[in-house]
Amino acid sequence: MDFLVQGFIQALRLLLAGDKEVYSIAFLTLKVSGLATLVSLLLGVPMGLYLAVSRFRGREFLVGGVNAGMGLPPTVVGLWVALFFWRRGPLGFLGLMYTPTAMVIAQTIIATPLVAGLTMSAVQQLSPKLRLQILALGASPLQFWWLIIKEVRLGILAAVMAGFGRVIAEVGASMAVGGNVRWYSRVLTTSIVLEVNKGNFSLALALSFVLLLITYSITYLLTVLQQRRRQA
Amino acid sequence: MTSVLAVKNIVVKRGRRFRLQVDEFAVEPGEVVALIGPNGAGKSTLLTVLACLSLPDKGELFFLREKVSKGNALAVRRQLAVVFQEPLLLDSSVLENAALGLKLRGQKTGAKDRAYTWLQRFGVEHLATQNALTLSGGEAQRVSLARAFALEPKVLLLDEPFASIDVISRSTLIKEFKSVLSSTKTTAILVTHDFQEVLALASRVVILDQGRIRAQGTPRGIAAHEIWGGLAGAQIPPMPGS
Ligand SMILES: Nc1ncnc2c1ncn2[C@@H]1O[C@H](COP(=O)(O)OP(=O)(O)O)[C@@H](O)[C@H]1O
Ligand SMILES: [Mg+2]
Repeated sequence: MDFLVQGFIQALRLLLAGDKEVYSIAFLTLKVSGLATLVSLLLGVPMGLYLAVSRFRGREFLVGGVNAGMGLPPTVVGLWVALFFWRRGPLGFLGLMYTPTAMVIAQTIIATPLVAGLTMSAVQQLSPKLRLQILALGASPLQFWWLIIKEVRLGILAAVMAGFGRVIAEVGASMAVGGNVRWYSRVLTTSIVLEVNKGNFSLALALSFVLLLITYSITYLLTVLQQRRRQA
Repeated sequence: MTSVLAVKNIVVKRGRRFRLQVDEFAVEPGEVVALIGPNGAGKSTLLTVLACLSLPDKGELFFLREKVSKGNALAVRRQLAVVFQEPLLLDSSVLENAALGLKLRGQKTGAKDRAYTWLQRFGVEHLATQNALTLSGGEAQRVSLARAFALEPKVLLLDEPFASIDVISRSTLIKEFKSVLSSTKTTAILVTHDFQEVLALASRVVILDQGRIRAQGTPRGIAAHEIWGGLAGAQIPPMPGS
């Protein structure tokens, strides 16, 4: 118990003292995971909408893929992305290995199926008749999709929270494609692993509190947005 | 007279088995056509085609002499309005719901005023600022009707609009609906199971069974049709002079 309290106090001290390294790590964490969540939203929401509404050959196959992808192990994603970006890999010429960009790409791959899957299930919970009614009211295709997105906005916000929570917490992919380079590609999870390995348990614990604090604050903000009273 | 809506030699397939085949069916301006028939007869399917929500597999649909195709289906849909059995309102205020069709048609100015007038007409204007998903079934269906009439459709298509409303509120709503229908002279197609509705509202009755039109006539004229024997809840009123 004492240990936890000590860790928490140290975390506060690090933050209040304005420890440059901790702040830069926390900031990069937010930037990488925030960006990955945003991109996964741009990719995953249209995918989810389309999969929920359309009927085509091979749809079941894709839906199965999305559902399986929701539980994609980050380490596996990291390995695959690393293989592509490796200097001799097919995308090696881009020079992205061990960069924050590579981390964003890996985390996007992790979050997109989650966003797509949750969006899809939110749309499927709407009555199919509602889609017919929206069309009957005279909606153009663009208006139709916009109204559907508005109708499932709570579900999409849940998808954002789940996606962000998942990528900010993952360590395998960031380690594999980011390399945990100090002042450059080190994020909270990878530095926690590093400190644990070095035996700096109290610093690791402090960093873990910082991570929890960030995750909780962001999720709380989104929750407030989601649960805001339905005003007329 | 030019028919408002007409189908010619249409075939619509649904699932593996069902096939709707209508060689000729037209709605004239001012008519209120009741579409009746047992469950699974194809009434909703026909209504979806008439509402330009799905194109027939074969045959043609005409709106005021114009052939409906993929290219003009949206434009034609914007001349029509549909009310389903469930109110199907969206997660926003009652007023926004009632104004939605007008907004989708690009009418920004006056949309809400007009929608409000129609909410008044159906006696639900006091709910205007309330979220539509919090309404009771009867209130919601009134909003759905207001939303449809606000569009001043060339044809109003209704798929069992009173079926989920409790018996007591139903007859009041049908009376109000009838008075709106006749004061606006709206052309309508009404799918129903209820003979009282047919008597109260329809000028013509079309009987559909197993995907085919079996008979047509005036409400009184088809009262003796065997179809009523097979319809749930149908009561056969005495024929005048029989
Ligand atoms: N999407 C669909 N897939 C498979 N079968 C359908 C579909 N829609 C309707 N059907 C079938 O078509 C037939 C006619 O349905 P419908 O037009 O809804 O009948 P009604 O409205 O007269 O009760 C029914 O047998 C129904 O099961
Ligand atoms: Mg039906």
